[in-house]
This record gives sequence, structure tokens and C-alpha cells, in this order.
Amino acid sequence: MRKVDKLRRSRSATMTTLTALCTLVAVGTLLLILIYIAMQGIGSLSFRFLVDSPRPVGEGGGIGNAISGTLVLLGLSAAIGLPFGIGVGVYLSEFGGGKFGSVVRFLTDTLTGIPSIVTGVFVYTIVVVPLKHFSALAGGIALALIMIPIVARTTEEMVKLVPHSLREGALALGAPQWRTTLGVVVPAAASGIATGAMLAIARISGETAPLLFTAFGSRFFSYYLDQPIASLTVQIYNYAISPYDEWHAQAWAATLVLMMMILSINIVVRIFTRKRF
Amino acid sequence: MPSTLTTRIAVAERAAENTPAPSGAVAKISVRNLNFYYGKTQALHDVSIEIPERIVMAFIGPSGCGKSTLLRTLNRMNDVIPATRVAGEVLMDGTDIYLPGTDVVNLRRKVGMVFQKSNPFPKTIFDNVAYGLRINRLTKTKSELADRVEQALNDAALWSEVKDRLQTSALSLSGGQQQRLCIARALAVRPEVVLMDEPASALDPIATSKIEELIVDLKQRYTIVIVTHNMQQAARVSDTTAFFLLGKLIEVNSTEKMFTNPTEKLTEDYITGRFG
Repeated sequence: MRKVDKLRRSRSATMTTLTALCTLVAVGTLLLILIYIAMQGIGSLSFRFLVDSPRPVGEGGGIGNAISGTLVLLGLSAAIGLPFGIGVGVYLSEFGGGKFGSVVRFLTDTLTGIPSIVTGVFVYTIVVVPLKHFSALAGGIALALIMIPIVARTTEEMVKLVPHSLREGALALGAPQWRTTLGVVVPAAASGIATGAMLAIARISGETAPLLFTAFGSRFFSYYLDQPIASLTVQIYNYAISPYDEWHAQAWAATLVLMMMILSINIVVRIFTRKRF
Repeated sequence: MPSTLTTRIAVAERAAENTPAPSGAVAKISVRNLNFYYGKTQALHDVSIEIPERIVMAFIGPSGCGKSTLLRTLNRMNDVIPATRVAGEVLMDGTDIYLPGTDVVNLRRKVGMVFQKSNPFPKTIFDNVAYGLRINRLTKTKSELADRVEQALNDAALWSEVKDRLQTSALSLSGGQQQRLCIARALAVRPEVVLMDEPASALDPIATSKIEELIVDLKQRYTIVIVTHNMQQAARVSDTTAFFLLGKLIEVNSTEKMFTNPTEKLTEDYITGRFG
């Protein structure tokens, strides 16, 4: 073998090993976190813990109200955020070629980067202050505001991937533009759009900061949208900063539950969006 | 004897203008002095051509000669490409389709199109064929819709292959079947003209011959305009052939004459493979 060939091969081997090492470190850390949470949390996990509301220190209690509260908040934010996000994404992809489109695109990118606590403060001033109390609605709006730019950009990318020939096929059959977009282009991108929505929901289900002064938290079960509502993340935060070992253990268990919830959102949507065509 | 290609084109062009409509049949489409621009690039130069009813007309010529552009002006598909401009007239049954106020949706229902790359929608086979019928509300009852779909699939010689799996995805069909599905989809709305943009260029020889047989069958009822790169194909399926070069119509003649004894030296050079 020539010397240059040897050099090239060893360089290639080194780079492959380096990138493999990076992957190992990244994935390994992630796995360690998951395993650690599972080990810390599994001890306090029980059926009672999942359905009970919080109780004073020493009396056990659970996170049932926080689980239901998180589900209410996620449903609310999805109901507000997904239609807007998907609408913006479809607009950007199909009609956003001009100057207005690039302005909107720049703004959504900027919005994605806004710290979530800022969104919380913003919703506090425009929703909580005028209504004079914390509410599930305010929490849902705050989470929806975080969702919209994420959903908009993923939707745009997904709709752009639909081949141009499909649009032409529909137009050539006499379909007006709006029917082409709604009846052919968007359905063709549906599973991609759903994946984007799923990722956005998973992302916001871990948010704490925007809920601190909007949904606020509650120690009771509540389904009123104009009342404060509990959420897993805020409850984890409150328990984690408390001085009690029992609450620390419960915070770990609640973290484990939150992670399982995000995992099941992912799995459920994956099953529903499995390519039918 | 003119020597450079451009002067030869100019001479041929003057001659083509004087060519009468072949076979003397009624013209379904008359293109008159059509110029077409992509931005500042002119793609069609003063093209005038008569397309008689119920024949197959083939457009041939090297890549970039404007044959696809001309085809797409016939159902105004170029409208969807930004920064394009058209000047001249395209008369369909005597009415200029570029007049302001023309209903493009209606026009495209009368002038169906089959594309180079088969483009079935990601829907079931049935829904693909039913699409044009549904959006244009051409059928009243479910059974009428099913009948029209069956008929279109029959016309496209696809019915026997798909009748047991109408509710499966159109994307599960083979390439040739997908293209025939697209033909069925175009035929379902009962157009008067069918435009085909290299419909067989991505298919294997067997699928190609099926499409070609289909084209010959279809001319009983439809006016068909087909763009093709394949000169044997033009010779096999068409009645009339038009030869384009650099955005200009060089010659239009009966296919037989075109391939045996073309009027223009340029046509002969192209057909015998001297350039292009």
C-alpha cells in the first residue's frame, strides 16, 4: 500500500471513531438521565400517587390533580395553537413567496427563540391582570404562543416537500387553488404536519416558566378554565424546592410520570400517523 | 443556400406560416402568433398552428425547443409559473382562451392533461379517478360516480387490473399503471382535448406500448396533443406531427410525410439524427 493511502485510511478511521464517540457521549448521557429518573422515581410510584391530590407532608398524597391539569392545559394549548400554527405554515409554503412571507418567516423564527418565561410574563399582563386572577385559560394561551411558531415552521417544511407535480395534477383537473391546497397538498403532508404538532406538544408539556404566573398551580382537582389549575411541571418545581425529603421523592416520581406521558404522546401520534398511503 | 442554423430557421418559419391546416378538418384549437416569455427569455416565437378535431398531433423537437411550453399554454398551466407572459391568441372552438374573464377552471375541465411524471394523489385508486368528478360536481349519485370511475378506468385500459382493489392506495400501483391511472383521472371528467407531456418517457417498453395503444384508441373521441422526445413514438401514434426548434415552429405536416419526405431540410436533419 502506498503511504498516502495509509494516511487517508487512518484519517478516515480516526474521524469515524471520533463521531461515534460523540454519539455515544450524547446518547449515553440521555440514557443516564432517563435511568436515574426512573431509579429515583419508581420508589414513590403507586396507583394512589397517580390519582390522589397533594396532602400535607407526612400524609402521602399524590399528583392526580397535576396530571389532569397538565392534560387540560395541553388540550387547551393544542386547540388554540395547532390551527394557527398549521394555518401559518400552509400560508408560508403555498403563498409566502413574497416580501410579506419572508417577514412572517423571520418573525416566527424570532418567536421560537423567545425565552418561555417572557411569554409567561406577556400573557400575565394581557390575560391575568385584566381578568384579575390566574387561570387555566391563561396557561393554555401561554403554551399556545410557544407552540405556534414551532408548528408553523415544521408545517411549512412538510408542505414544501409535497411534489409540485401533485399541485399541477389537481389544477389541471380544474381544481381551484384553495381546493388544491386543502384537498391534495395538505393531506399529502398530513403525517409530517402531525409529527410537527406532536413534537410541539411534547416540547410544551415540559414547560414550567410560562405556567408560573398564568396557570399558577393548585392543590386541588379543577376543570374550570377561569380558575388556577395544577400542572406536573409546576408541582415538580414546588416540591423540588421544598425542604422535605418526602416531597423530593414525590417530585422524582412526578418527573417519571411526566416523561412517560411525553413518551406516550409520541407513541400514540406515531400509531395514528403511520403512513396509510 | 442559407448556411447558419438561424437563417435556415427563419426561412423555414416563413414557409411554415403558409402551410394550410392539414387534412382540411375543422380546427379544434388554433394558435395564432403566439409568443411566450419566461421573464426576459422568449420561449415561443410567433407560433401559429391549427390542431384539427379528433386526431393525434405530436410535437417533436430537441430539448428546450418550446414544445412543452406550447402544450402548457393550451390549458393555461403556465399561469401557475410566476413571471411568465403570453402574447397572441389561442382559440378553442373559436374563442380566445387568453381573453380576460376566461374561466380557467372550466377550460381545464375541457382540456385534460397527463404529465411526464405520473402524479397520482396519495389517495385510493377510486378517489384519484373520482377527484375531478367530485370537485366539479359532475355526478349526482354515488352509483353514478362509481359508474363514471369504472368507465374512465376502462377507457384507460386499467379496470381489469385494479377492479378488486379500488380502495387501496394509488401509490401501490406500478409506474405504468400509475400513468394509466392519471390518464383515467383526466378522462373521467370527459374532456374534449387531452394534452400529454411525454407520457411514456419514464416507462419501460411494455408499459409504453400499452400507453401508445391507448392513445390510438382514444382519438376516436378526443383530440390528443402529445409531446414526445421519441420520434418512433410520434411516428407510431400520431396523425400529424409538428417540429419545433429554438421556440419556432419549423414544419407541421401529416406524420407520414414528415417521416418519409419532409418539406424542410431542418426537419429531415433532425429526424435523421444530424442534430438535436
